[in-house]
Amino acid sequence: MAKTSTEKAATASTPEYPLTKMAIIAPIVGWLIPGAGHIIQKRYVRGILLMVSVVAMFLIGLGMNGRVYGPNGGDILEMLGFVGDLGSGALYFLARIMGWGQAAAAHATADYGKTFVIVAGLLNFIAAADAHHIALGKKP
Amino acid sequence: MTFTLSHFSAAVLFALFASVVFGITQRNTTMEQIRYGLYCFALFVGGVFAAGWVMWLLRR
Repeated sequence: MAKTSTEKAATASTPEYPLTKMAIIAPIVGWLIPGAGHIIQKRYVRGILLMVSVVAMFLIGLGMNGRVYGPNGGDILEMLGFVGDLGSGALYFLARIMGWGQAAAAHATADYGKTFVIVAGLLNFIAAADAHHIALGKKP
Repeated sequence: MTFTLSHFSAAVLFALFASVVFGITQRNTTMEQIRYGLYCFALFVGGVFAAGWVMWLLRR
């Protein structure tokens, strides 16, 4: 049977995946503490694996003398590096407070270290988006 | 603490952690996640070997 105009309007105004409080909180928590967005939704194994992966990449990057970018680099590439680094959330702020990742590059793999730190942040952005999708009900 | 990794071990670690995150975030069921994670890891490491052979050929 065809829907009436009132039913069509009601269907159009109701989103398929309504925005819940968890859908706002989970990505923020997941960004600040890698993997925590999944853990607070009881996806413990996924959360711990994400946490280990992002934290390990960040720490290995720092261990390889990787640079941690500041917000006011001036150069466009440094700004992009800052955006990537910022993805690690609390790890980034901790690194800035403690002055980690400021040493001069002493060997060739320091460039890899910088890449590890940036990619750790970018992967954490993906993990935070995934936590948002789980909270919305788009993903089991 | 500072440590030095070889280029290959750095690439393998990068592939491992990136594959774990890709597997978890890009697929829905556990089996699909494991399969996709392994697929990504194989592509990363395979890409390292392929690039290595290309560089070897260019150098000759």
